[in-house]
Amino acid sequence: MSWSLTPLEWEALRLSLKVAAWATLVSLPVGIWLAWVLTRRRFIGHGLLNALVHLPLVVPPVVVGYVLLMVLGRGGPVGAWLYENFGISLAFTWIGAVVAAAVMAFPLMVRAMRLSLETVDPGLEQAGRTLGAGPVRVFFTITLPLMLPGVITGAILAFARALGEFGATITFVANIPGQTRTLPLALYTFTQVPGGETSALRLAVLAVAVAVIALIASEALARRAHALTRGLGAEPRP
Amino acid sequence: MTQNTPPPHPGFHTGSHQDPDPAAKPLLSLDLRRDMGAFTLKVKIDAGPGITTLFGRSGAGKSTIVAMLAGLLTPDSGHIRVHGKTLFDSASGIDIAPEHRHIGYVFQDARLFPHLSVAANLRYGMNRQVAAKRADSYARVVELLGLEHMLARRPGRLSGGEKQRVAIARALLSNPRILLMDEPLASLDAARKSDVLPYIERLATDFDVPVVYVSHAIEEVVRLSDTLVLIADGRVAAQGTVEDLMARLDLAPLTGRYEAGAVLTPTVAGHQTDHHLTRLSLLGHDMYVPALDMAPGTPVRLRVRARDVSLALTRPTDTSILNILACRVHEIETRNGEHNNSALDKTSHVEVALRVTAKNDGTANTHPQTVLARITRKSLHDLKLARQTPVYALIKAVAIDRHSLGGLGRGAKRTNSLKK
Repeated sequence: MSWSLTPLEWEALRLSLKVAAWATLVSLPVGIWLAWVLTRRRFIGHGLLNALVHLPLVVPPVVVGYVLLMVLGRGGPVGAWLYENFGISLAFTWIGAVVAAAVMAFPLMVRAMRLSLETVDPGLEQAGRTLGAGPVRVFFTITLPLMLPGVITGAILAFARALGEFGATITFVANIPGQTRTLPLALYTFTQVPGGETSALRLAVLAVAVAVIALIASEALARRAHALTRGLGAEPRP
Repeated sequence: MTQNTPPPHPGFHTGSHQDPDPAAKPLLSLDLRRDMGAFTLKVKIDAGPGITTLFGRSGAGKSTIVAMLAGLLTPDSGHIRVHGKTLFDSASGIDIAPEHRHIGYVFQDARLFPHLSVAANLRYGMNRQVAAKRADSYARVVELLGLEHMLARRPGRLSGGEKQRVAIARALLSNPRILLMDEPLASLDAARKSDVLPYIERLATDFDVPVVYVSHAIEEVVRLSDTLVLIADGRVAAQGTVEDLMARLDLAPLTGRYEAGAVLTPTVAGHQTDHHLTRLSLLGHDMYVPALDMAPGTPVRLRVRARDVSLALTRPTDTSILNILACRVHEIETRNGEHNNSALDKTSHVEVALRVTAKNDGTANTHPQTVLARITRKSLHDLKLARQTPVYALIKAVAIDRHSLGGLGRGAKRTNSLKK
């Protein structure tokens, strides 16, 4: 048995990383904005929005995939509109896989960011306002740097969750080699064919390795960011 | 609820070059109302240059007033004008955002940005200044507040007093039209307090920025106030000079009963270095206090606690007490309109307001000087004290500590800073 990866395994790994990275990047600004809205603003429908954000965490992933298919599929209202006006088709493409992964990872990302944002003293934001900074400058120079540990943790959690996405993905964009067959889908495929046990095991080890690396990186980054924001980090140059 | 603000007294601000013009518009004019749940805050304050202190118990509404001034809280109705510019007016719908009000704010908890160095904290609000002036004012503020050695450090590694100095400097560098200080010393211990106080004393004069200072510590108020505003239950109970308000028996419950005491405004007459005493002159009387580092001629503010004052009908001769002031009884405290001898009145003591009799009329300070004395009802009865009874007020020099002494308004502070 060879230690190097087969072209098939490479393809699945590359596709998984690509889908997870895009899913994280795209949901990052939306996640930060929603975390801020849910923490700092009180409005009618606050509870409903909060529930909506957390929904993918509690409903079966297959349901999420099915809803995505209904709405964003070629026959769905949004999917049809996208296809007719822009020629974009999400169903059965890697972009659809990104959407599925992003939606599933979103609650984890927002939760981590909210926890971090809640520790940011609104008094510091007020101080910024009295020093002449408008809300936008206050957000980018005070709030965002101080919630950075949560942003990093949220992003890495979302990335790891996106890497492992299975149910919503297979329901929404199916299992197409090179398009939507990510690591978990490839593993699943091997378990369905006779004699695929060895390949399935190799992919399982690979998936675990990637997840462990992501988690360790997240811890280290978040710790550094935390020290920085508490004002106890390495002395910056004056 | 306009309070009759006493007119400025000639010679009172000796050394000051800014003679108050009675026709001039107040620097700060506010008339605010806000529902606070337990009570309705309803205040009307006009403040001039120098330091205006808002004094009152916790929960009286002082912090709410400054938060509304800065735009961090919205009043239900009213107006705020600073230097003639309207920042808020419910009638015409004006409500300028905090970042456009040009109001500096020093919070009780400093609120330094923990992720930025001290230098970056200081520069945060500097873009409101004219670019050409930034480097100059930065250097000046850093020097005056003694921040050179901590510029590269993070706020997390500063002591409480250092944090407040950085917070004051940061607010000053944002080029404020007016500076708000919300109990900046409340979270500091006594030693740190006396570290920071001198810097605050110099603000109004050295930077020529009017200050609104919130406090519930009478020592700070006596030391800093040019104008004192007493706040109680969301209302302005009285507004005037420290000397006038502290001498009023009816305000004693607000100024602190146990700590009650009037404020005298003598001038430094000389020093007795061998005895570590400073001789002060008050309406021709000599007074001795522990040595002060002030030049002769400097007016000072001296708070004398009512419980440190004894009374005698004749001038005692063989006594250790250095300060003996000839006075006349001006007012004897009556509580809730009851008669002093009422059986219902359970307290054993009573407060008496005395007017110091001038020795050499017209030459020195012409402002009436009031001393409060707390004596037992028995003494009041035995000495047969009544209005206009001539008495001698006896004050131990050692009862007057550093905390009771302060510069007198802008005039004295200017003399001090010139001396340094």
